[in-house]
Amino acid sequence: MSKVFVHALYDDDDKLKNGARKVRALGYGIKEVFSPFPVHGIDKIMGLNRTRISICCFIYGVTGFSLAFTMIWYMLIHDWPVDIGGKPNYTWYHNIPSWIPVLFESTVFCAAHGMAITFLLRSWLFPGVSPKNPDPRTTDDHFLMITTAYTEQEAADQVNAAKATGAVEVKQVASNDSHH
Amino acid sequence: MHQDSIIREPLLLGKKTYHQVTEDVARPVEGKANKYWWALFFLAVIAWMWGIGCMAYTVGRGIGVWNLNRTIDWGWDITNFVWWIGIGHAGTLISAVLCLFRQRWRLTINRSAEAMTIFAVMCAAIFPVLHMGRPWLAYFVFPLPNQFGSLWVNFNSPLLWDVFAISTYFTVSIVFWYLGLIPDFAMIRDRAKTKSRKILYTLFSFGWSGRAKDWQRFEEVTLVLAGICTPLVFSVHSIVSSDFATGVVRGWHSTVYPPYFVAGAIFSGMAMVLTLVIVGRKVLNLEEYITYQHIETMNKVMLTMGSVVGIAYFAEFFQAWYSGDPNESFIYLSWNNAKGVYGWAFWALIICNNILPQILWIKSMRRNLYITFILSIVINIGMWFERFDIIVTDLYRDYLPSDWTYYSPSWVEVGIFVGTIGMFFTFFLLFARWFPFIAQAELKTTLKATGDLFHNPPRHPKSSDFKETASVEAVH
Repeated sequence: MSKVFVHALYDDDDKLKNGARKVRALGYGIKEVFSPFPVHGIDKIMGLNRTRISICCFIYGVTGFSLAFTMIWYMLIHDWPVDIGGKPNYTWYHNIPSWIPVLFESTVFCAAHGMAITFLLRSWLFPGVSPKNPDPRTTDDHFLMITTAYTEQEAADQVNAAKATGAVEVKQVASNDSHH
Repeated sequence: MHQDSIIREPLLLGKKTYHQVTEDVARPVEGKANKYWWALFFLAVIAWMWGIGCMAYTVGRGIGVWNLNRTIDWGWDITNFVWWIGIGHAGTLISAVLCLFRQRWRLTINRSAEAMTIFAVMCAAIFPVLHMGRPWLAYFVFPLPNQFGSLWVNFNSPLLWDVFAISTYFTVSIVFWYLGLIPDFAMIRDRAKTKSRKILYTLFSFGWSGRAKDWQRFEEVTLVLAGICTPLVFSVHSIVSSDFATGVVRGWHSTVYPPYFVAGAIFSGMAMVLTLVIVGRKVLNLEEYITYQHIETMNKVMLTMGSVVGIAYFAEFFQAWYSGDPNESFIYLSWNNAKGVYGWAFWALIICNNILPQILWIKSMRRNLYITFILSIVINIGMWFERFDIIVTDLYRDYLPSDWTYYSPSWVEVGIFVGTIGMFFTFFLLFARWFPFIAQAELKTTLKATGDLFHNPPRHPKSSDFKETASVEAVH
């Protein structure tokens, strides 16, 4: 038998989690879960790694801070020091208290936008991308779990696990299906 | 999963299921606008167009068409700028600060409050740009290379801090708002019946499909953005207050300004959120989502912030008197101002911001929609007067008595302000028609904790319920 995907559709997030736990307990991996809202804990059950996007955010923040610091130092201290109100710009350590607002805002600017762009890139979200959820109900009130079966025994196992945990619809989809 | 105490009122009334939430949020987007919407939209567009006319007149003739003079060189323009920026702050407070505090009542109002933030900041930005006199040179505020002039911008100036603070605040708010909207656009896309709606919302939803990994990242991004936006929102109004606090004008040169401005901003922003959601919940049939409990909670925030502002007023007033300094005794919060030619503005501030909000101490008033609606407008007028008083009544008695003068706005200044109100409501009305008004995806995550349907035992248990439970436990 060629590879098939078992699509198990649930109408409740807790039932979905039970189903996912059962499939995992039987020793199968979960290919994908589509849900209308974040189901807390499903990533651990599926065995997904923790996202590292907040580390990226920190790095972007440090970058923003450094860029802003270099920019201000270059413009105000190095390139064209000006004496404004008897407070000359000859040394950066005398001027740094009044740089804090711009340094802070630049840090936030780079951290927030860098993280957002990383998120959109990694999850491949752009205007014009076509959605990949096989069933339109998964953005409303249904939860879809997709598992992979290589033999008929595996497929039967997974179908039974889904049915036993209260899936409202279970179907097998051939692996050459267009959405994969 | 988090469970609410059974004695808490549910945040969502009317036995909502996941599907019912979808239906209720999608209904205004899929339905037709009623005649009230069109009437309001028409009015708002007219006001906006009038404002655009006044702006064009200002740009064409120069800001001499305003009534600013040599003594009072900041007037309605900067008043309106600070007022609009302040209004924006409540949106970020609700979506970011309350997110960190895990306040789930925010979930039905955060979307509209964030929209309010973005439109308010857009309105605010108009005023400093027009006040430049030559708005086509507005790009001079950015740190551009030397061929544009012989000097770089001055990073020691609060006016430049404003440029960085407001552009960061505006763009980050848009990103925060839009990322939250993506799954909700996907919901509307997947149930779209017409072809044009399908195409439009496929475009808007960036191809969102709700995979587990996407949700994992989504949640992390939301949390981290909330963490970043919290200091950001406090920094923005602190920096706006530095425009005044670092100036050597008596009344402005005051260290209390940053916290006092932030409290005032949240005070006025909450009032604007209340104005908008009290109408919005009715027009969009969302009374079961934005309940009396939400209104009451917002009123409590407003009362707290109003009290903080009130104490700051008192401190300023006390110091003006206690210092015995003749300069201090003419600041905006001083007895000399209260009985001076701008006494009407002083008393408008005190009555709108300090006296009338005291009725919020009474619970029945906090839960009364009519009282809350009127009060929210009164507070916004009061907060407008706060900025007017800070700016104009600190300037009109200059150090030279020969400079002492009076200022009232020209029709052009009034027209631009009316125009920004029109622009704000035009955008907000379009938002309410085309965008999901409630963050439904996030709301669904708490349905089982706070929804009416899932409350078990049913809500409002009597005290006898607990005795019974206690005795049952004792038997076991």
